[in-house]
Amino acid sequence: MEALISIIIAVLTGCGVYLMLRGRTFPVIIGLTLLSYAVNLFIFVMGRLHSGAPAVIGAGDRYTDPLPQALVLTAIVISFAMTAFLLVLALRARAELGNDHVDGRPTAEDDAQ
Amino acid sequence: MTLLLVIFLPLLGACMPLWCERYGRTVCAFSAAVAPLISIGLLIYHLPVIFAGDVLFFHQEWLPLLGMNLSLRLDGLSMMFGLLITGIGLLVILYARYYLAEKDSLGKLYGLLQIFMMAMLGIVMSDNILLMIVFWELTSLSSFLLISYWSIKSEARKGARMALMITGAGGLALLAGALLLGDIVGSFSLSVILASGDEIRAHSLYPVVLILVLLGAFTKSAQFPFHFWLPHAMSAPTPVSAYLHSATMVKAGVFLLARMYPALAGTDLWFYIVTGTGLTTLVFAAYTALFKHDLKGLLAFSTISHLGLITMLFGLNSQLGAIAGIFHIINHATFKASLFMAAGIIDHETGTRDMRRINGMWRYMPVTATVAMVAASAMAGVPLLNGFLSKEMFFAETLHLEALGHYAWLVPLLATLAGIFAVAYSYRFIHDVFFNGEPIDLPKYPPHEAPPYMIVPMAILVVLCVLVGTLPNFTVAPFLDAASLAVIGTEMPSYKIAIWHGFNLPLVMSFIALAGGLLLYYQRKGFFAFYERQYRRDEKIVFEARVQRSVRLAQSITKRLETGSLQRYLVLFVGMAIVAAGLELWPLASFTGGVATTPIDGVSVLATLVLIVGALGTVIIHHNRFAALLLLSVVGLIVALIFVRFSAPDLALTQLSVEVVTIVLMMLSLYFLPQVSPSESSRLRISRDILLASAAGIGMGLLTWAVLTRPYDSIADYYLANSVSGGGGTNVVNVILVDFRGFDTLGEITVLAIAAVGIFAMLRRLRLPVPNADGTGRVWSKDPYPPILMVLARILLPLALMVSFYIFLRGHNLPGGGFIAGLITSVALILQYVASGTDWVQQRLDWPYRSVAAGGVLIATATGLASWVFGYPFLTSTFTHVHWPIVGEFELASAMVFDTGVYITVVGATLVILSNLGKLAQTSYDTPAETTQEESPWKP
Repeated sequence: MEALISIIIAVLTGCGVYLMLRGRTFPVIIGLTLLSYAVNLFIFVMGRLHSGAPAVIGAGDRYTDPLPQALVLTAIVISFAMTAFLLVLALRARAELGNDHVDGRPTAEDDAQ
Repeated sequence: MTLLLVIFLPLLGACMPLWCERYGRTVCAFSAAVAPLISIGLLIYHLPVIFAGDVLFFHQEWLPLLGMNLSLRLDGLSMMFGLLITGIGLLVILYARYYLAEKDSLGKLYGLLQIFMMAMLGIVMSDNILLMIVFWELTSLSSFLLISYWSIKSEARKGARMALMITGAGGLALLAGALLLGDIVGSFSLSVILASGDEIRAHSLYPVVLILVLLGAFTKSAQFPFHFWLPHAMSAPTPVSAYLHSATMVKAGVFLLARMYPALAGTDLWFYIVTGTGLTTLVFAAYTALFKHDLKGLLAFSTISHLGLITMLFGLNSQLGAIAGIFHIINHATFKASLFMAAGIIDHETGTRDMRRINGMWRYMPVTATVAMVAASAMAGVPLLNGFLSKEMFFAETLHLEALGHYAWLVPLLATLAGIFAVAYSYRFIHDVFFNGEPIDLPKYPPHEAPPYMIVPMAILVVLCVLVGTLPNFTVAPFLDAASLAVIGTEMPSYKIAIWHGFNLPLVMSFIALAGGLLLYYQRKGFFAFYERQYRRDEKIVFEARVQRSVRLAQSITKRLETGSLQRYLVLFVGMAIVAAGLELWPLASFTGGVATTPIDGVSVLATLVLIVGALGTVIIHHNRFAALLLLSVVGLIVALIFVRFSAPDLALTQLSVEVVTIVLMMLSLYFLPQVSPSESSRLRISRDILLASAAGIGMGLLTWAVLTRPYDSIADYYLANSVSGGGGTNVVNVILVDFRGFDTLGEITVLAIAAVGIFAMLRRLRLPVPNADGTGRVWSKDPYPPILMVLARILLPLALMVSFYIFLRGHNLPGGGFIAGLITSVALILQYVASGTDWVQQRLDWPYRSVAAGGVLIATATGLASWVFGYPFLTSTFTHVHWPIVGEFELASAMVFDTGVYITVVGATLVILSNLGKLAQTSYDTPAETTQEESPWKP
């Protein structure tokens, strides 16, 4: 199971980073969402994988680690706030600059590689 | 305490003249004189103690952990310098009152002068070497402002910039030297450093320290090859030159040599560097001074030359040499200040400083001429004047240089040569200006005698020159004794300042210099022609060119690094992150740790496959934004399922509701953005990004694997054990959020509210083109509110609200809580917006959502504050159980009020964001289809 989780995190990170390196705002935001999934999962599994053992006292005889869960819960909410902020920023940028390139350029063929 | 006053009174006094300027120039001058007068008075008050050989200290901790303290000392050396600084400062204040034209601000000059005075006093009285450097830098900065006093003149600005750059660079070297010194000795206290001379000299870093400190001293004292800033600093008003280049600024460098003498001097390295530099500067500058036609230029090079002489005296490693050095500091300060004042008067009265035009001034200003001639004679080293005494001591010292072996004769020869030049340029100053025929083509004609109060300060200094020159033992001797004691320690050699030592070699050298100088001057025509033939580069042009070149270099580097492309920055950022993480991961012997893995089941494999397909699919079809968004939501759902699978029901609920809100938000935004991302990346860039992304992904995967297969230790047990007893709830995750780590949560909801306000601000007055067709060219439906959705949504609302209320209430004990309940409520309300439109909802639910969000944060904060009322720390929780009819046993916890705050914030913030975004469509404008097509390369 650990291998599956590692693969999931790897795929999410890779896809997220690739999309974040794109030149238009919307794919970047999608990439950021993917990356935040990966990061949230990563923090979550730092408490190790426990099946059928929620951290509710009395629900069973063993419990998973509640602390990473609490951290991730707020992280999810915060990343929602950040995504929303970025989306509106993208709208504003488009209104001000007339295009949706992250560098504010209408034509985006960038030679400086 | 009085020591502190001595330094900081001038700083306080700096404001006075600025304020008093409106009451007239004389009042302004008096107001400027008050602070230095008190300072000098305090110094004189301490004089008996210093003469008795004592040292006064003042200590106040400032940054004790860094070893930097407000420690001051007043010993003989500080006293001598302090008197020179304040005394000549006062004379300059008087002189400047009459020198400066009506249009120039006297208050500004006085203010800057006093700030400079404060900094100089700080240097000479610091007992902490770091503190000294602070004042050292202050002199560089304030002298920059003083030199550029006439800032409209390009010359003044360039000269000031050059001075700042050279002395500033030297200051940097000095700082490095001081830090090393502190490291060697273990303290930045000057008293400790001065007492550890042997330890410092024996240390392996001694040469480095020495060179760094000397760089500081030489740049400040304009020693060759750093001398060139000083002549260009002459574009300052003459009172400033008289102050900076006689008693202060440049003397700070030689003061440093004197101050550090017990700690650094006495080695061969010191001898060769300091003596060599001093001798070179002495001869070179004396030679150059002779050929300067500018009155102040001559004085500038003469100053450099005399500083070279003083430097050399300190470099000789002989106690008598150091004493002679200190003596010459006093003498040079007196005659050079008066000569600068004379130059200022002549400039003031004739309108020029060119000695080829100013001639025969004796007839027009006899008093100035007399006084200036005496001062110039002191500079030349004529007997019965103070310059003669110290120069004689200098000549005597050059005769005992056994260290040089067979070349020992060279030094006295060069010294005499410099003496000849000094006499020649001094005589030129006298003869060219005051005699030598009639003035030629003066801008102001005829010149007059200067106002008496301009001559008075000059005359006072010249009287001092004569008194010291004739009666040294009754005037200067005690000061010199006290200062020497501070420099060379307790073993004072017996020495005697006398006018007549008998007929000896130094006297012969003095007479050779006098006779040779006069001869040289009368043969000047040939020498001048020879000098004019030499090719000479203008230092200023060279300097400016180099500055420009380095600026261009910096610009080109910056331009190459900072292209302004965020895309590029992100590539660099990700690349660096991969390298940094890779460096840490690389040394791992094996990625697989010792902990056994859990078994894999079929459903998990299937879910993983779906997630991978979803994620990769999102990337592959990302040009079609809407489809990518749908695939993204699949990924989000699987992530929620992973949370379910691994015992995190709270996370699963949060993830699900956030997912809904996020996707709705993205769809709303997408409406205003191009529907398609153009394929604009080059093949090379795509390959590079795939490489980076793969490296990042594989790195994260390996890291996860490495961590998961290793044993771990957690602080979870504490939370599990104390959740019920301490927090009164069985859902540990929720108890952590609202109780154990409540402060964190308060921070989180504040961030959420701030994000909402930020979004609100960005959406204000935002106008975007509204497309009238979707990505595939289908015209948007003009009937935005489908009846079925409308009806269903209205039925769902009360149900959803009830669910959210239930989730909220049970949150403390079972999965749920404020965050999740808030999100569910938001989703239900958003559904109403989607189904029935903004207007419809607002007619029924006219909440100011921003205030709601703010109110939520306030409730949560108030809950925290409430525990203060009961005398507990912030956010301490309490709970009790009550028995309700029908419901049964029910728990009431203060954390629940806090959770209510969380709930309200989440609802408020989410709705601020979504409702305002929804309103955007109404405030924006319709655009014809062509415009939209122009912006997206896609063709219908």
